[in-house]
Amino acid sequence: MTRFLQAVRVLLAALREIFDEAAYERFLRRTDVISSKSAYADFLRERESSQARRPRCC
Amino acid sequence: MKLGTNLETKTRQLETETSKTPSILTWGAVALLGAGAVAVVAVHRGEPINALWLVVAAACCYALGYRFYSKFIAAKILALDALRATPAERLENGRDFLVTNKWVVFGHHFAAIAGPGPLVGPVLAAQFGYLPGTLWVLAGAIFAGCVQDFVILLFSVRRDGKSLTEMAKEEIGRVGGLVAYTAVIAILVILLGVAALIVVNALKDSPWGTFTIAMTIPIALLMGLYLRRIRPGKVLEVSALGFVLVLLAIWGGQWASQNPAMASVFSLRAPALAILIIVYGFAASALPVWLLLAPRDYLSTFVKLGTIALLAVGIVALHPTLHMPALTRFVDGSGPVFAGKIFPFAFITIACGAISGFHALISSGTTPKLIARETQTRMVGYGAMMAESAVAVMAVIAACVLQPGVYFAINSPAGIVGQTAVAATATISSWGFPVSASEMQTLAQAVGEQTLLNRTGGAPAFAVGMAHIFSQSLGGAAVMALWYHFAVMFEALFILTVLDAGTRVARFMIQDALGHVYKPLGRTSWYPSILGTSALIVGAWGFFLWQGVKDPLGGINSLWPLFGIANQLLATVALCLATTIIIKMHRTRYAAVTLVPLAWLVAVTFTASWHKIFDPNPRVGFLAQARVLAAGPATNATARLIFNNRLDAAVTAILVVMVALVLIESVRQWIAVLSGREEPRVKESPFVMTRLAEEKG
Repeated sequence: MTRFLQAVRVLLAALREIFDEAAYERFLRRTDVISSKSAYADFLRERESSQARRPRCC
Repeated sequence: MKLGTNLETKTRQLETETSKTPSILTWGAVALLGAGAVAVVAVHRGEPINALWLVVAAACCYALGYRFYSKFIAAKILALDALRATPAERLENGRDFLVTNKWVVFGHHFAAIAGPGPLVGPVLAAQFGYLPGTLWVLAGAIFAGCVQDFVILLFSVRRDGKSLTEMAKEEIGRVGGLVAYTAVIAILVILLGVAALIVVNALKDSPWGTFTIAMTIPIALLMGLYLRRIRPGKVLEVSALGFVLVLLAIWGGQWASQNPAMASVFSLRAPALAILIIVYGFAASALPVWLLLAPRDYLSTFVKLGTIALLAVGIVALHPTLHMPALTRFVDGSGPVFAGKIFPFAFITIACGAISGFHALISSGTTPKLIARETQTRMVGYGAMMAESAVAVMAVIAACVLQPGVYFAINSPAGIVGQTAVAATATISSWGFPVSASEMQTLAQAVGEQTLLNRTGGAPAFAVGMAHIFSQSLGGAAVMALWYHFAVMFEALFILTVLDAGTRVARFMIQDALGHVYKPLGRTSWYPSILGTSALIVGAWGFFLWQGVKDPLGGINSLWPLFGIANQLLATVALCLATTIIIKMHRTRYAAVTLVPLAWLVAVTFTASWHKIFDPNPRVGFLAQARVLAAGPATNATARLIFNNRLDAAVTAILVVMVALVLIESVRQWIAVLSGREEPRVKESPFVMTRLAEEKG
């Protein structure tokens, strides 16, 4: 059961990383702000250049 | 005393051997099972074979490859060092560089490398039968693709996460860097043109598919608003919501296709769809459209991961029968899907499932900046490519579960099999693959299409195969149309995401280069530069798309091999780099690990390029086709086709010459190092002990 829960936790963490939720949390921690519309807009602005350069394979 | 020590040593040896016995027995059993399954797949002729044989063969080969071959590479060549701090640890900034759980990095890496390529390539190569594609996907991945991804990832980790282009410049020389850069741009342009063509071929005259894909635009906008205004940052949540809305759009597509007014609006011919996609690509590149593009990217990834998992479960649970023979008569090069013999064209057509140069960009992009320990590069680099190869095996199965006659009717262009349903089915039946016009009409009705004939590009055939597999269980034949359109939507969404992300990546690369010529051109926020470079990139891939749409042979015949050649040439550059570094690391005795795949790729790509340029068969050689066209009646269309063929020949020749230069430069380096004329100096970042190890110590 513990192993199963651990696997679920890792899967969720992977999904949160793939979908940038983890990156947003790190942004909030780093900039020491709480989640809000303006904080998310700032995050998107910061993220835009690196996102745009991230290659996607064929 | 000495006698006692010997006795202790012998006892310890005996204990070790005893403890290894279960492991040896297990791996021996896996090897036997794998050999048996591969033998069945390879030798079986006549009666249809069950797909489970392919699944078992693949699972055993991957298990053995990972357990033994990747471990050998990790231990003997790369000497992975768990004590060496990675860039994620040394340069951690909470943005690009970040120590991340290895399974999370694995998921991230897999999501980036798994595109439409491993689905489309094997479907097209199935014209040779299921055997060539399966064997190439397994052997190519284990001995070439996984190795490339693994070593490039590790070499990038040891160089502060540098890109392939930067590493090629430092280790091989300026020529290496320049060629890698040019190859990347060329691949992106050709890839985007081919990807757009696949979408056009999947959606032409299909009101259901076009409606569903059109609906993903307002859905993505809604997701963007939800993310920005209602629940900032809750991407998983909104992606799940978007997924439900997309399912509703698929269901709504059925209504749209049955409503005469809606059906006429969404029934578009190929040129109209091509223009819409070109306009969309330009908008995606030039406008600050985070509202549309980021949510669409998330939605596409969500659908992609879910569908791949669903397909894997479906194939294992339902284990369908493969109707395609192991080998077809088209190994002689006369195939209708694309022309060319099994060697080299099977190995060009299937790139991403076996080896893809594009992966080297991702292995030297985001991933090396997230790796916490060098030892994890094995699982992430080698392991994720194995997972992608498994996706390619699923695509082989999806294509080969179809009756061969149906497969060829969907994938053959009208220029080869005939313009009418009766003519097309008669031609295909005369090849020994019986199919009738009424059978194709019934199938088209079952999947909610007006026709399935001449739907080249691989995506419709994959969608029919997937619908066929799932219609055996969930909902039965009654919901086959929904499954078909789900698969079409999945592929089109997937490809459109590659299209807009790829256009932006290429735009940034061009701007970076132009910035060296005139500084403002390099500014990514300067609108004249944004518009100019966007137009340049979209114009380039739009040209190839238009060429494909107007090609009487279906476009895929010319463009997919061109893309395959470009992609495999980039892999050649990556393997040249890997071999150079291995030799400089004094691991020459093991250099064959990258040298053999390199030699194979050189043989394949150079032979394929030769055929594509000079082959006297006009269906294969670009120049021969141009000559045949020139000898015929002169029209505006002929003049354009002649120009296109000559341009394709020139692009292929330029790529080959450039890669040949990298190869020569690399060999020169190897000789200089091995003869002692040059000191072997690798440009690794200095060793720093990990914090974790220091704490332990």
